[in-house]
Amino acid sequence: MAGRTRSSDSREGTYVPEGIADEFTQGEPAEAPSSDEKPQRPNAPALGLVGTLRWMWRQLTSMRVALMLLMLLAVAAVPGSVLPQRNQDAAGVIEYLADHPTAGEWLDKAGFFDVYSSVWFSAIYILLFVSLVGCILPRSAAHYRALRGRPPRVPSRFNRFPAKATATTDATPEEAADAVAARLRGKLSWLPLFRVDRGEEAARGVRPAAATVSAERGYLRETGNLVFHLALVGLLVSVATGQMLHYRGQAIVTEGRGFANAVVDYDTFEKGSWFRPESLVPFSMTLDEFESEFASDTVAFAQARDFTAHVTVAEPSGAERSEQIKVNHPIVVDGAKIYLQGNGFAPEITVHDADGAVAFSGRVTFIPEDTMYTSRGVVKVPDVSSGLDQIGLVGYFLPTAEVNEDGSARSAFPQPVDPLLVLEVYTGDLGLDDGSPQNVYELDTANLTAAVDDQGQRIKVLARPGETVELPDGLGTLTLGEELPRYVALDLRHDPSLAFVLVFALLALAGLTVSLFTPRRRVWARAYTGPDGATVVEVAGLARGDDAGLQAEVDRALAAVTGTEPEPGAARREPQQPRIATGSEKD
Amino acid sequence: MELANLSVLLVWGAATALAIGFIAFAVDLSRLSGAKVDARDAARSRQKVAVGAGVEDAPVDAPVDDAGPAAPVSRKLAGIGMSVTWLAAALLLIAIVLRGIAAGRTPWANMYEFALVGTFVAVAVFVGVNTRRDVRFLGAFVAGLGVLFLVLAQEKFFVAAMGVQPALQKYWLVLHVGVAIVATGIFTVAFVTSVLQLLRDARDNGSAMLGSRHWGWLDHTATPGALESLSFRLNSVAFVLWTFTLIGGAIWAEDAWGRYWGWDPKEVWSFIVWVVYAAYLHARTTRGWSGSRAAWFVVAGYACVLFNFTGVNLIFNGKHSYSGL
Ligand code: HEM
Repeated sequence: MAGRTRSSDSREGTYVPEGIADEFTQGEPAEAPSSDEKPQRPNAPALGLVGTLRWMWRQLTSMRVALMLLMLLAVAAVPGSVLPQRNQDAAGVIEYLADHPTAGEWLDKAGFFDVYSSVWFSAIYILLFVSLVGCILPRSAAHYRALRGRPPRVPSRFNRFPAKATATTDATPEEAADAVAARLRGKLSWLPLFRVDRGEEAARGVRPAAATVSAERGYLRETGNLVFHLALVGLLVSVATGQMLHYRGQAIVTEGRGFANAVVDYDTFEKGSWFRPESLVPFSMTLDEFESEFASDTVAFAQARDFTAHVTVAEPSGAERSEQIKVNHPIVVDGAKIYLQGNGFAPEITVHDADGAVAFSGRVTFIPEDTMYTSRGVVKVPDVSSGLDQIGLVGYFLPTAEVNEDGSARSAFPQPVDPLLVLEVYTGDLGLDDGSPQNVYELDTANLTAAVDDQGQRIKVLARPGETVELPDGLGTLTLGEELPRYVALDLRHDPSLAFVLVFALLALAGLTVSLFTPRRRVWARAYTGPDGATVVEVAGLARGDDAGLQAEVDRALAAVTGTEPEPGAARREPQQPRIATGSEKD
Repeated sequence: MELANLSVLLVWGAATALAIGFIAFAVDLSRLSGAKVDARDAARSRQKVAVGAGVEDAPVDAPVDDAGPAAPVSRKLAGIGMSVTWLAAALLLIAIVLRGIAAGRTPWANMYEFALVGTFVAVAVFVGVNTRRDVRFLGAFVAGLGVLFLVLAQEKFFVAAMGVQPALQKYWLVLHVGVAIVATGIFTVAFVTSVLQLLRDARDNGSAMLGSRHWGWLDHTATPGALESLSFRLNSVAFVLWTFTLIGGAIWAEDAWGRYWGWDPKEVWSFIVWVVYAAYLHARTTRGWSGSRAAWFVVAGYACVLFNFTGVNLIFNGKHSYSGL
């Protein structure tokens, strides 16, 4: 029987994936196979092209190959957790490439920095899913037939079954069989526990004529299994569709300002290949206020407790509404979710040049570098009055300043208790004029000179809110605004497949649960008149997979026959699952 | 005394109780080793018959003590082991509740708390299963692992009880993390069971190393078939819970991080765990892979569970860095 796709007794409509060990589908317990039996390999070469292709397909959809592919998938997923991945940690990848030039290049070529979209990773899961479909579709068809079929015939011999029981009774064989059948059907006529066939058997050889019962329950187990596997396919398809249709934009918005839902208004924008810009609904949003809360007790000092962005959303229709965005609580606007991903300070900075003209004025986003909001920012001051150098300012905004002896400074609390701006000053060519795109958060100091004091130390300009301070070397003045506006980093994301992803995931969970915990059982009974005139009732059971309750089921079915007595000396097994006992009695 | 400190003391109390339980169970097993050596051959031949009946569902043997005529050994020590293990579970439960009160939230938000609750679940599953069938032979291993986990937690993972950051303030903390811990606890007991299955299988098949008298206690555990079916039942419950953990985590990540799946190291390893256990379920039903080969998947799967908990938290830097360390 080993290595055959179809079971030897060829039960109508049974499909078994190549390589599955399942005596249930085979109809009755296998004839003592040893657990490490060598699978018989069909001979590929002799088969011709079509035969070879069919053979390959059989192999691909076999249990053994599914198992290999699953293991491969697990192994292939590992490097993505060890090496930095481009879509999560692009900076990490660059750093890695710099540290390991040779190995890095090879790894990069082989896709190790984009593992989950690499050719090899995709190949594994696509093969796995092909295998799954190839395996599950024929099974679904077979199951559909089984659902409409009748329980299998009563097997000729019961002695090989894992659960069985025998008794004698005064009732006639017909009465006994009817009682067993009734018990198996259960109390609810509209919801039978078992699908039951009551039959008669003519005498054959030494065996007398008998009344028979064949019954089967737990079709849901296979249904659950199929639902589970098909739901996985649905999950994969939905995720892939979402990838094609989604878009994601990031915007930094300061208090009192807003942004519009248009590709150009985002600082970064990322989209799937089927995305079309027309699909963006042109709403706009204003950040009215941002609130943050931090723990001030000693145990959890300065730990973040709550962030709230109060916003006003204006729909294209003109309707306006107020909303709150919190971490964990995105808002939904026209099908897109808006997340609060980050926050910080964007103080108002004004620079007057040596001629007294306003050279720069605006809010500067300072990006927090630690939990205390020691935040780094850059100001690029173009040459407004002719003949003057461009000025670059780079440094930190400290909500609660703590300046050390050596002049270094950091923040000691995330809220603006004692705010201070600490900037170094550079002059020269900022590279603003050649038109190449620039990172607004970085100052390229290659063509700049730092302002230094008499000892050659970098000069640091310190400013508190509302203060105006002199820049060194008569470059002009800098004013820090009285107010300290907050900014939030918002992420807007639209993925039309979300609902499908969720539904398929839940279907998979439900199918899995049903398939693992629904007992699938067959019970057969045969009642005949024994040599001494009394009626002998024999019951046997077979279950799919592991089933602790099988023997109990068989016993219950037998107990339904009134006046039964266990036949003395009959080969009645111990209950299927006795307490697993150790060496001796329990104390 | 402050609740948080009381909680810590109770954890030490539970660890001590488990240590005593471990010793009691271990001595009990070693006594079994000495006794009734002749029961072994009988047990072995019975087991052969059982395996012959079917690869997968080898019917469970009757207790081995029916097999040999030798006088039963007193299992008093196993009884003591059970009592202190119950005590440990109770102490640990109180410790966890107090910790939750002290922090003012669900007491499973960082590695320390995860280790406490996970150990509690493993111990509770063990004592729970034992009320239905005699699995005291698992005691030494469950209690031993429990001591190890608790001491590790106290010494290496401890953080003071406090509130959590905004990303964690959601009911999903209760569900996603809670279910993950329960699954981990059950995986632990299933792992112990599968290891015993492998050892017993090797001994029954005449392994030179395991054939010695010192391993005689293995004959008093259960047949490989019974161990396999216990392990399978535990693993399938845990696997369903783990599936829920993944789905719940994805739903939560969709709200907290702005995407449901992003191959963050924790996500990667939870996925690997899931795939390995799925492979286990397939192996069980694949001809030529059931039995002890399938049990190796449980060992591999559990190794991934442990790595997902420790390695991923401590080595990798991902969004999931909530260990508090
Ligand atoms: C994405 C890949 C796959 C995953 C995650 C997966 C997962 C699972 C899980 C969790 C089960 C357990 C349910 C149960 O035992 O009833 C299962 C069962 C099963 N799977 Fe898969 N599977 C995959 C692919 C496949 C493929 C490719 C095949 C066909 C070759 C297959 C055939 C089966 C069969 C026949 C069962 C039922 C075993 C039994 O009789 O209990 N699966 N699968």
